[in-house]
Amino acid sequence: MALWFQRLPTDRLKRHKPQTSGSLPLVVAEKVQNALCLSAVDQAAAQLGLYVGQPLANARAMVLELEVAVADLLADASLLEQLADWCDRFTPVVALDPPDGLFLDITGAAHLFGGEKKLLGRICGTLRTGNFAVQAAIAGTVQAVHALARHRDGCIVEEGKEAQAVSPLPIEALQLDPVITHAFRRAGLKTIGQAAGRKRSEIVSRFGADTLAVMDEALGQGGRPISPRRLPPDYWQAENFAEPVLTLDVIQPTLQALAASLCTVMEQNGVGARRLEASFFRSDGAIRRIAVETGGPVRAVPVIGRLFQERLTSLADPLDPGFGFDLIRLAALRVERMETRTSSFDTAVQAQDEIDFLVDRLAVRFGRGRVMRFYPQDSHVPENTWLATPAQNAHETAASWQTVRAHGEAPRRPLRLFAPPESIEIRHMPLGLQWRKAWHAITQWEGPERIAMEWWRQETSQVARDYYRAEDEMGRRYWLYCELSVPPKWFLHGVFA
Amino acid sequence: MLSKKVSLLRDGLAKSALPETANYVRLGYDPVDQALKGGLRRGALHEVFASAGHETAATSFAAGLVARLAKGKQVFWISQEFASREYGVFCPPGFFEFGLDPSRLVFLSAARLQDTLRAAGDALACAGLGAVIIEVMGNPKALDLTASRRLVLASARNSVPSILLRLGAAPQASAAETRWLVKAAPSAPEIDDWGQPMFDVSLIRNRQGRTGQWVFSWSCDDGRFEEAKAAFGAVVSTPANRQAEAA
Repeated sequence: MALWFQRLPTDRLKRHKPQTSGSLPLVVAEKVQNALCLSAVDQAAAQLGLYVGQPLANARAMVLELEVAVADLLADASLLEQLADWCDRFTPVVALDPPDGLFLDITGAAHLFGGEKKLLGRICGTLRTGNFAVQAAIAGTVQAVHALARHRDGCIVEEGKEAQAVSPLPIEALQLDPVITHAFRRAGLKTIGQAAGRKRSEIVSRFGADTLAVMDEALGQGGRPISPRRLPPDYWQAENFAEPVLTLDVIQPTLQALAASLCTVMEQNGVGARRLEASFFRSDGAIRRIAVETGGPVRAVPVIGRLFQERLTSLADPLDPGFGFDLIRLAALRVERMETRTSSFDTAVQAQDEIDFLVDRLAVRFGRGRVMRFYPQDSHVPENTWLATPAQNAHETAASWQTVRAHGEAPRRPLRLFAPPESIEIRHMPLGLQWRKAWHAITQWEGPERIAMEWWRQETSQVARDYYRAEDEMGRRYWLYCELSVPPKWFLHGVFA
Repeated sequence: MLSKKVSLLRDGLAKSALPETANYVRLGYDPVDQALKGGLRRGALHEVFASAGHETAATSFAAGLVARLAKGKQVFWISQEFASREYGVFCPPGFFEFGLDPSRLVFLSAARLQDTLRAAGDALACAGLGAVIIEVMGNPKALDLTASRRLVLASARNSVPSILLRLGAAPQASAAETRWLVKAAPSAPEIDDWGQPMFDVSLIRNRQGRTGQWVFSWSCDDGRFEEAKAAFGAVVSTPANRQAEAA
């Protein structure tokens, strides 16, 4: 299905300033090749004979009382995005057809709304109530439906009948290069049907193979795919409400029920969800999407319900129902193969499952990056010897934790590391160090342990360091190093037990 | 007759208090274990306060307690984001050297105290965990008697021990089972090699028995607390009230 908003810029302006409607004809002007030309005209202006592409000066000469607005392409694009969002409730596959059109892939979705005719009527009816001038058509290929939406509003073409429907349309409907269109007209080929009646070889030799491909597509032979704005989910369930719902008391059980039916489908297919998204369609067209991610595939209803509950209660900007939600959809955006597991008697497995669920919940509440696990990394530079990754990510590493100390010796790596290392001063008589403006007398020290930087990684500093362990008179132990530069600089890198 | 029976029972109690049971974990240093009547209780809240300037010592003491309590299970460490800026970031290789395996650690960096306490409540409900350690900086109002009582109950429900590590805080009343005040102890002078980490620990609250103050060290190799060695290699005489250690 294709939708065409023929007066999108003026409709947008009128939505924001309702008082202008009906008072003066409204046009939108844009600078084209150093001249201001009309890029959109509203109904009243069109009736007065103004047209898109007309120079603004001419328009002013024709109509004295004219309201002119400057074109705002970004605002138009974002309005088109909002309209596409709204259309998401009918099918998950919605593509933009800039600057003023939309494609909806309604394969397998039309029967949910009582057939193609009813769906078309519902979409156009609702949009027209919202003061959008819209034209729509349904056909099998993108090119055909694009042309039909612009020239035969409300046309529904059965599969394979595209050629009949498109043939009578003027050649301009193909939206070819103006030069080619002009050439067709001069050759006396005014409709698509007449042009298609010529020999294929003639058209290729005169206008090129691209033109022929466009014509073929318009006539329903082969077609290019549309690229949807969002990837269609593999599994989704939706719930429509006759009356918009407002409260979490209704939303939570609805999500539970959707999760239950989603899990049944996923179980039949032997998969579990890694990423789930709940979309809340507000009755005024706005959409709120809330996603949760898990560390492993899940398809347990209580788990999914709990994760969404966590997410909903921890939202920084709470779910604003406005005038209520009339559709809630739960989709599994990413699924993974999941074997059915019998519940294990092994306590270690149970413990691991419990911890994974805890990690998922906390990651949903505080953010993935805050719940971490540590993995060793193959490096000898102290600050690079480990990697902290989100605990939800599985991380394979060949490296293992290495002990530097010998048996019976005290730790040689600190418990806490300062990042970046803190600059200190060293005094020799008596031995002491100044750290954070306080002097600490050093009673014992040990070292040096020289650590050269990894010269093969260009981004790190190239200066080698001599590390020392030092203990002050209170028993506090420090890990300090001297950067082997000229003059040498001292830093405190960490503290020991 | 009765008095004899009572004394017999009392002897039995005194003996049975020492061996480690499922609910009590011995720390390894006998005087402390005796004061605790057999060891640190699992399923309870233990509070570790750092003396001013000895935050690292308190952290490592808490890490030692956790290493004893967790018994090979996973440990959940809740840290406050600001603490890493003040006292340095968590350094896993150092903990590995110390004797707490970082691959058995789940680490949460919480931005606010409310987050910390809520996450602690959730973690303590997870029976699969070996221990939960909660870092709190300063003396915030939100960490009152009610909050600590809540942690005690959560710990007891699934018998997951919790350690409340208080950095930069003055000791205050709470519902904790034990409260420790920790600072580093200087290692003995004139030793060639560096000794093991040494702690000067005061037990300032103990629901099981008496309080006390000891200086002892942590053995990174054996993963337990032990008597401080006077000097490297020196033979320490065994006190009379101490059981002979397996060599």
